[in-house]
Amino acid sequence: MATWRPDPSFYPSPRMAAKAPKETLAYVAAFDPDRQRPDAIAVVDVDPASQTYSQIVGQVEMPNVGDELHHFGWNACSSCLCPNAPHPHVERRYLVVPGLRSSRLHIIDTKPDPRKPQIARVIEPSEIAEKANYSRLHTIHCGPEGIYVNALADRDGNAPGGIFLIDHDSFDVLGQWEMDRGPQKLAYDFWWHLGHDTMITSEWGTPDTFENGLVPEVLLGSNYGRRLHFWDLTKRKHVQEIDFGEEHQLVFELRPAHDPTKAYGFVGCVISLKDLSASIWTWYREGNKWAVKKVIEIPAEPADPDLLPPVLQGFKAVAPLVTDIDLSMDDRFLYVSCWGTGDMIQYDVSDPLAPKETGRVRIGGIVARTTHPKASNGALNGGPQMVEISRDGKRVYFTNSLYGAIDPQFYPEGIDGWMVKLDVGDNGGIAFDENFFVDWPKGHRPHQVRLEGGDCSSDSYCYP
Amino acid sequence: MTSLWPWLALVGLGAFHGVNPAMGWLFAVALGLHRQSARIVWLSLVPIALGHAASIAMVVALVTAFGTVLDLRNLQLATACLILGLAGYYGLYGHRHRVRVGMRTGMAGLTLWSFLMATSHGAGLMLVPAVLSLCLTNQAGFAMSSSLPISLAAVAVHTGAMLAVIAAIALVVFGWLGLAALRPAWINFDRLWTLALGATGTILLVS
Repeated sequence: MATWRPDPSFYPSPRMAAKAPKETLAYVAAFDPDRQRPDAIAVVDVDPASQTYSQIVGQVEMPNVGDELHHFGWNACSSCLCPNAPHPHVERRYLVVPGLRSSRLHIIDTKPDPRKPQIARVIEPSEIAEKANYSRLHTIHCGPEGIYVNALADRDGNAPGGIFLIDHDSFDVLGQWEMDRGPQKLAYDFWWHLGHDTMITSEWGTPDTFENGLVPEVLLGSNYGRRLHFWDLTKRKHVQEIDFGEEHQLVFELRPAHDPTKAYGFVGCVISLKDLSASIWTWYREGNKWAVKKVIEIPAEPADPDLLPPVLQGFKAVAPLVTDIDLSMDDRFLYVSCWGTGDMIQYDVSDPLAPKETGRVRIGGIVARTTHPKASNGALNGGPQMVEISRDGKRVYFTNSLYGAIDPQFYPEGIDGWMVKLDVGDNGGIAFDENFFVDWPKGHRPHQVRLEGGDCSSDSYCYP
Repeated sequence: MTSLWPWLALVGLGAFHGVNPAMGWLFAVALGLHRQSARIVWLSLVPIALGHAASIAMVVALVTAFGTVLDLRNLQLATACLILGLAGYYGLYGHRHRVRVGMRTGMAGLTLWSFLMATSHGAGLMLVPAVLSLCLTNQAGFAMSSSLPISLAAVAVHTGAMLAVIAAIALVVFGWLGLAALRPAWINFDRLWTLALGATGTILLVS
């Protein structure tokens, strides 16, 4: 139902959002890699003053098994205040939770009790196939025209993947977003510059090349995604493609500057075929075109082949595997998850074309198996993966699982889930909160984190 | 004094549209913030007012045209049905906006945007009762010769009131207040508007 005043969690600008109250709860997607029991959205207490700090205090199970819950989002956020498409009297209330494997979409109500979320509606894959012709749902963003969902494949599991829209009041599937997709075929992530009427999308691959794990021949043939696509957000037309070249594979998470007047952002490339390094690229305006520049290269680390999984043994090195990145609300710090080596790196990106490393911690890792002060077994597996930053930039949360079919390719003994938290210094620098370690219950692995009231990858803004 | 209330109604409706952030001042302020220019805020008010005036002029012109062939009661009933239909639609489905104008828009885009916002809100329809009563003040029926200048004056008065209010608010918000005030102050004008449509339609129907 419409409200009389805007939702108190909506902020006109990122500057104002950074002054929001501290989050007390985190919602975490948890999935069963064996597809035997339902996936769930878990509620984690992140209020240090609480008796149940760092514990799972609630959970809602999905009605089916095998969804593989992925990058979920809110039904409404600060972009509802945009002047060209205002709809500010919608509540930020529902989590929109996609199943990457099942193509099912769940609408989860976080009211009346935010610790006991409930399923409000389930949109079946057949409805999405019929109305939008897409499947393999990946990422959700609330935006000017409603709720945007991207999908990695068409209804039959082939290219092209793309984006479709859902009404933010009724949750009806409205249909395919693209009006002219140009050369775009593969999909992975998407986001936008609201101040520049621009959408950006990135690339992974078609389901046959990832649903049973990464296919080495596809990777070595440079046939996974390696391009960025730029779109006119209001005309829904493809305007430019940038190819990172044969060497670069898996162009994943997109983090545009939060300040809508800025026209740059960051994207992570998981692996280089030349030397297994990972890289961060900045996109920016050059004249009346978009351009990219590689601004960070994270090298692979030499390692004893006996300690490496079969896919890496021949290389005698552990790849950093940058699988997620996140940008603080003030556009100052970029956090980079190195799922292979186990590093979480903080860069000062005040100059977006010349980042400087300002902090680094290590936990887990293919070879390192670095522990945490509050962990009991002393050798953690998995590595920093989905990362989320509080709106004030003081706290960073992350989990350790990537994708059910890919986890065992790099962590063959399986992954024991955990979630940790970093405290951030006033001028950079990161350190573990020694009192925060969620030893994830066996049978589920944690993935995307969303913070109560919004976080640094949930909202977009129309005002500087 | 009997002829004063329609003018006051036109001014009041203009002021209401002007106050509503969704009808223009907020867009003007946003464009000014993006381009860091108070001049842009002022310039943006022109296409916003033009688009709004074009929308209501279109509706008023249609009504006066029908006024020359339909008798007054039928015209009132038809208008009442349209207004109530719009109120019912908004009541059931809410105010929906499909965005075709973005933040990089130029003056033509802004005019189009304002025209679409005013038209989809039924801004012109709400002026019809006032315009009808003005056109009928001096004579028993419609005459093109007198209706045209009165209608034009009605559009001008309404748009002038709206322009004065959006200019004042845009100036205060851009220059002093800042956008933080939006969070508590942006009340649900859409719901108020739906209620106003319903009330006006009903009064017109039974009067």
